[in-house]
Amino acid sequence: MVEPLLAARVELEHVLIVGVILFAIGLYVALAKRNAVAVLMGIELMLNAVNLTLIAFARFIQSPRPLDGHVFAIFVITVAAAEAAVALALAVAIYRYRETIDVDRINLLRW
Amino acid sequence: MVIVARNLLHAVLFLILSFVGIAGLYVTLSADFVAVTQVLIYAGAIAVLMIFAVMLTPLSSRDNAGNYLQAPALALSGLVVAVFTFVILETDWREAGRGPFEGTASAIGEALTSPFVLPFEIAAVLLTAAMIGAIVLVRED
Repeated sequence: MVEPLLAARVELEHVLIVGVILFAIGLYVALAKRNAVAVLMGIELMLNAVNLTLIAFARFIQSPRPLDGHVFAIFVITVAAAEAAVALALAVAIYRYRETIDVDRINLLRW
Repeated sequence: MVIVARNLLHAVLFLILSFVGIAGLYVTLSADFVAVTQVLIYAGAIAVLMIFAVMLTPLSSRDNAGNYLQAPALALSGLVVAVFTFVILETDWREAGRGPFEGTASAIGEALTSPFVLPFEIAAVLLTAAMIGAIVLVRED
């Protein structure tokens, strides 16, 4: 019988839990890192987790239009690329003025 | 690995590794077009941008250190994992039977041109604006 093979199949829950773990790692990195580029890496990880969840739902859930999740994931990737470009340009611009991109020391707006 | 790497450049390389791994997951979820897009844009473009940004800020700290928010962030991440895992395991998802693998590129193209034309054009304008904004931000004058 092929029963053990079938039992080891990847189901929706497994992919969703991978997405949750990825999101949590991204959240931790975005909140707790000191370098602005590392914070951006955390944000990218979170966007990736959301994309993974979208693709998983598009794969496993009954829907009249099964490819909408893929289209949405592609839009998320587009927006992430734009956001990364602008944010890294900001990091470089701030570095030019302050010689640091340490988010603890960029406190110009502190009251 | 992105968390524990001592050197920021090593963290970026591990990030690329995780992007490629996610692309592999997309392939197993029969999303071929999204997988290719992921490899091209994330593992290609965004990774190069990240490495550029690290290289262009040579006097900043390279040690990938944490700040004073480490403990609260760890607690919040753990809470997120716990709550979402509980929700995922307790919800009764209406799962459909999985059909055979079929290429998704042409269907995605049709979806982008007929029902999603407006978001598609807005994404194009957004990308143009982001490009011009990035150039203006880092211009020397």
